[in-house]
Formats: sequence, structure tokens, C-alpha cells
Amino acid sequence: MNLAWKDVRRQKGRFALTAFGLGLLFAIVLAMGGIYRGLIEDATLLVDRMGADLWVVQRDTRGPFAERSTVPADLEDRLRVVPGVAETRRFSSAIIQRNHHNHSLRMNLVGLAWPWDRGEGLPLAEGRTLAQAHLEMIVDRSLGLALGERVHLGNDDYTVVGITKGLLGSGGDGVVCVNEADASAILAYQPSEALRLEREARVSRLAHTELDSPANEERLRGDEGILPALAPPPTNAILVKLIPGARVEAVQRTLAGWVEVTATSTEEQRQFLLQGVVEKSKRQIGLFRALLGVVSGIIVALIVFNMTAAKAHDIALLKLMGAKTGVVVGLILEQSMMLGGLGYAFAFVIAELSFQYWPRRVVVGFPEFAGVAVLVTVITLISSLAGIHRALKIPPTLVLAG
Amino acid sequence: MEPREEVVRADQLNKTYGSGHTAVRALRGASLVAHRGELVALLGPSGSGKSTLLTALGLLNLPEKGRIALAGQDVVVNGIAHGDLPSLRRSRIGFVFQKSNLIPFLTAQENVRVAFKINGQDGVGELRRSQELLDALGVGERSDHYPEQLSGGEQQRVAIARALAMAPPLILADEPTSALDSHRGREVMDLFKRVAHEHGAAIIVVTHDQRTLDLFDTVFEMEDGILAPARSAA
Ligand SMILES: Nc1ncnc2c1ncn2[C@@H]1O[C@H](COP(=O)(O)OP(=O)(O)OP(=O)(O)O)[C@@H](O)[C@H]1O
Ligand SMILES: [Mg+2]
Repeated sequence: MNLAWKDVRRQKGRFALTAFGLGLLFAIVLAMGGIYRGLIEDATLLVDRMGADLWVVQRDTRGPFAERSTVPADLEDRLRVVPGVAETRRFSSAIIQRNHHNHSLRMNLVGLAWPWDRGEGLPLAEGRTLAQAHLEMIVDRSLGLALGERVHLGNDDYTVVGITKGLLGSGGDGVVCVNEADASAILAYQPSEALRLEREARVSRLAHTELDSPANEERLRGDEGILPALAPPPTNAILVKLIPGARVEAVQRTLAGWVEVTATSTEEQRQFLLQGVVEKSKRQIGLFRALLGVVSGIIVALIVFNMTAAKAHDIALLKLMGAKTGVVVGLILEQSMMLGGLGYAFAFVIAELSFQYWPRRVVVGFPEFAGVAVLVTVITLISSLAGIHRALKIPPTLVLAG
Repeated sequence: MEPREEVVRADQLNKTYGSGHTAVRALRGASLVAHRGELVALLGPSGSGKSTLLTALGLLNLPEKGRIALAGQDVVVNGIAHGDLPSLRRSRIGFVFQKSNLIPFLTAQENVRVAFKINGQDGVGELRRSQELLDALGVGERSDHYPEQLSGGEQQRVAIARALAMAPPLILADEPTSALDSHRGREVMDLFKRVAHEHGAAIIVVTHDQRTLDLFDTVFEMEDGILAPARSAA
């Protein structure tokens, strides 16, 4: 006969409701850990997925994710002849937010270096990789687009041909992959009136230089591609894959002599993201977690204390009958453990059922579950002390007082 | 006639509540002896110290002067405990009070089983014994009811069943019938008489009910913390 359980049995509804409330609280503590891990995974996902050994970016920048970086597209060809380099490809990434069917679609646009890279390395869940050089896109499921759906970007309609699962940019936005040239076109797109104004502006800027000549003026009025030196630099980074056995540091040392670029390893890229993008969120979440832990502790302590106070008469009766201290302590301890255990079980179920639908990724695995289990155990044990302290002070003669 | 076995003896108990000018001398040299199978009544006006004496005999408050012995063994001498009092309470003494005797979240049968449980006995044997006790006290049918589902008389029977569980040599009852009507009250006193004789327990009952005194072997009258035998066993 377990006294703790018998008491709980008589007030199942209240007990379950209390445990459910605690469960929600524990679930949020759990989610905090999960959001933190999700943040890290999201932030570094793209870096990991691109499968590069080196990221060659604008000199002294920490691009292309942590900050803006622009490098000339022909760098791709120059890098290809560096000893130790197996493959190079252009990479551009930018956040765009556009209206699609009357709701705002926030996307992390990534350019794939067609035809070498058609998205074979992406975590494709549905559809296929890019099959033609133009107007096809692979999107992440989180964006809610369907296969075959058309999205208007820049001057064109792009068709969704493939859907990835869990491919998010460092800000947690779904990634959209298109041909690198398409990406440039989307980012550089300006309405024709804006283009006309820009051409006029160029001509007037030209007038202040010694390059001023009718021939040059004629060129400036044409397509910007005709004058690459004046066109915006077309890509954010060049991804470099090394030949097997080549050392990252050796190639980095070679590239250190190139004045216009900086070569960072994938690990360095990860660190940029973790230190820059995630650092503050991490501290914020840590603080939140600590506060929630304390709040849970206080709440559990109050509940246990009240449960004990409500049983003061019964505890006095047990003491009067000569029950050992252990019987009374056990009653309170077991009951708080039941409360904590049931609360934790609720938290577990809430996590399993709902975390996948949270707006940001919540990654909970064994370490998170185990961590919260330890927290709940510690909280319930400490909280029981409050109840036990109360119980031990109850005089057995309280029964006689009526 | 062979000497009857002594269950409890109180010698010159003195108990003062509080101190200074608020001090109340509840016991002023109260003495009493109860034997196996003896049903003892404690009478007396309100505030005369009956409950104080009973809780002293129940080892719940320790009189600062005097001596309490169980089965000839000193357990409290001048306010100092000799031995493990809670252990003596759970194995040697049964308690019945006026009301709220039972644990509300336990059924009648479980309330009886608690007495075994706190003595570390919690098996099928105890379950059966609890049911037998309830049957014997006429509340066997009510064993799965919670206290709030029982009448006052039924609750007292369950409480008596619990007091009997460990077959203690001493049972202390403080106004066990005051919440009952006179008919039910007499039934409970009848039960005590039967239990005293069948189980050989010494039962000390604080009561105000003059009409049931005929059932008692010994009647003590308490006045201002002093005990006087009103009528002794024949
Ligand atoms: N805990 C206590 N603190 C202070 N005084 C107390 C305490 N308990 C009892 N007293 C006092 O001791 C005296 C005896 O009280 P006790 O309860 O033993 O009387 P009683 O004979 O049982 O009375 P009643 O018939 O009303 O139950 C009373 O004057 C009472 O006020
Ligand atoms: Mg009294």
C-alpha cells in the first residue's frame, strides 16, 4: 500500500492538471535547449551542406554568411589552377523577401554553379535536381511551396522542381537554390525605369573622368555586361574543393599572397557563424533557461509545500500513531517525484508532438531530454525539502485540536 | 484471585503548560493504574486535565514530573523518555479520538492497514486481518468506502478497528462518542467493553456520558489535575 499514490488517486484531476502545467513549463525549458541547438544547426547547415574545403571571400571579410562579401566571378577560373585545388564553384547567397500569392515569402537565395553543381549535394526530399540552365528552382519544404508551383522572381517565373527537407539559412529562412546566373539576375533585377536612370547617372559620372569619350558613353548606355569593370561584382564567394590528400592550410598559405581575397576553411566559417550570428541568441536563451529553471523550482516548491500543508492533519495522525519519520518523508518525496515525473512525461509528449511545428527549428535529442530530466529531479528533490521541513514541524497532537 | 497484569501505570504526573503568569498546571500529581482487560472511564469537568493525562499516557506529551511505566517498564521519568516513544506508540498503544480519526484519502480498510504498514507489515495477511477487524466491528460491508462516505458511528468503528490492528495492550480513547447520538454512543462503549474482555486490552476512555458508566470496570474522576477513584473494579 503506497500512501503517496493513494492520496494522488483521490485527487487525480487536480494532480494531473498540476502536472500538466508543470509539463508545459518543463517543455519550454526543453524547447529552449532545442531552439539553441536548432539555431546552431540552422546557422551552420548551409556551410556544412555546400561541401567545400575552402571558402574564398572578399579580403578581410567574414563572408558570405556572417557579412557581405563580393568577389569577381573570374576568380573561379584563377583558383582552379592553384596547386591542390580540385574543383571551384561560384556561390552567392542573399535573403530576399517577396510576395507570393498575397503572402510574404522570406527566402535565402543560393546560386548553384551550373552546370557543375545542379544541387546533387542537397538533402532532396521530393522532385529532382536542376535539369536546365534557367528558370528552375529547388526550394526548402519550410517555405510551403509545392512541386511544379511557379514563383515570380525578378523578371521571370521560376518553377519548383525539387524540395529539400531542413535546408535553412543561418537566419532560419528556407533556402531556394537556382542557377548562379539566375541568382545574379534576381538580385540585380531592377525595373526598366530604374535601369534607364542608372544609365543616365553613369554617363554623368563618366563626364567627370578622363575616360569621357563618345565611344565609352555609347557603351555605358548599353547592357551593363558589356563593361564588366563597371558592373557589380557578380558573386559572394568561390567554393573550393581540394584534391584528396591536399592540406587546407597549405592552400590557405598560397592564397594568403593574393591581395584581394581571404580563404577560410569550413571550420572557420562555422566559427564565424557561431560567434557572430548565434552568440547573442545563445546567451539570451541561456539566461531564459536559467530563469525558467528557477521559476519551475519555485512553483514546484510551492506546490509541494501546499500539498504537505493540506495533509497536515493526516501527517499528524500518522506521527501520533507512531509512524517513523521515513514514512512521512517518503510520502512527501514520493508525491513530489510523481508530480515531477508526470510533469516530465507531459513535457516529453508535448515535445514529441509539437516541436516539429514550431516556427523555428527545435532540435531535442538525448542530451536535451536527459538534461531536463536531471533538472526536474533536482528541482523536485530540493522542493521536497520545503515540504519535508514543514511536515517534520507538524506536532502529532495537532490531531487532537480537531 | 491472582494479581492482574499491569498494562500502564502513571505515578504523580505533573504537567504545566506555558510559564510565568500564563502557566497552567494541567496535571498536579495524577496517578492511575490500568490492567489487562480493564475498561477505565475518566470523568471530570472541562479543563480538568483529562486530555492532558491521556496524551501523557499516550507518550505524546511528557509530564515534567512523575513516572509512566508500560508493562512494568519505565518509559518516561520526570520528562525524560526511556526508549523509542514512536515505536512504543505504534506497537503498544491504540488511539481513538472524538472525530477526524481517519485519513480521508484512504478507504476504511486502508485506514486499518495503515496501522500495520507503519509497523512494516504490509502483506496479504494484514489485508485479511484488516477485513476481519472491520467485519468484527460491523463495518465489513463498508471496507471500500472513504471516511466521508461513512456515518460518524461507522467512522468510530473503523477507528477502533485500526486501534486494535496491532493488538496493543493499551487503547486510549478521548471522548470517542461525543459526536454520536446516545444510542450509537452506547454501541461504541459496548464495543470497547467487548474488545477489552476479548482482546485483554486495557482501555482508558475519557467520557462525559454518565449513562454508559455501568459498562466500565473502573471510573476515575478528574478534578483540577488530580485523579480520584470514583469507583474501582470489584
Ligand atoms: N497546548 C496547551 N497549551 C496551554 N494550555 C493547555 C494546552 N492544552 C491544554 N491546556 C490547558 O490545560 C488544562 C487542561 O486541559 P485539558 O485539555 O487536558 O482538559 P480536559 O479535561 O480534556 O477538558 P475538556 O473536557 O474540555 O476536553 C486546560 O486549562 C487547558 O486550557
Ligand atoms: Mg479534552
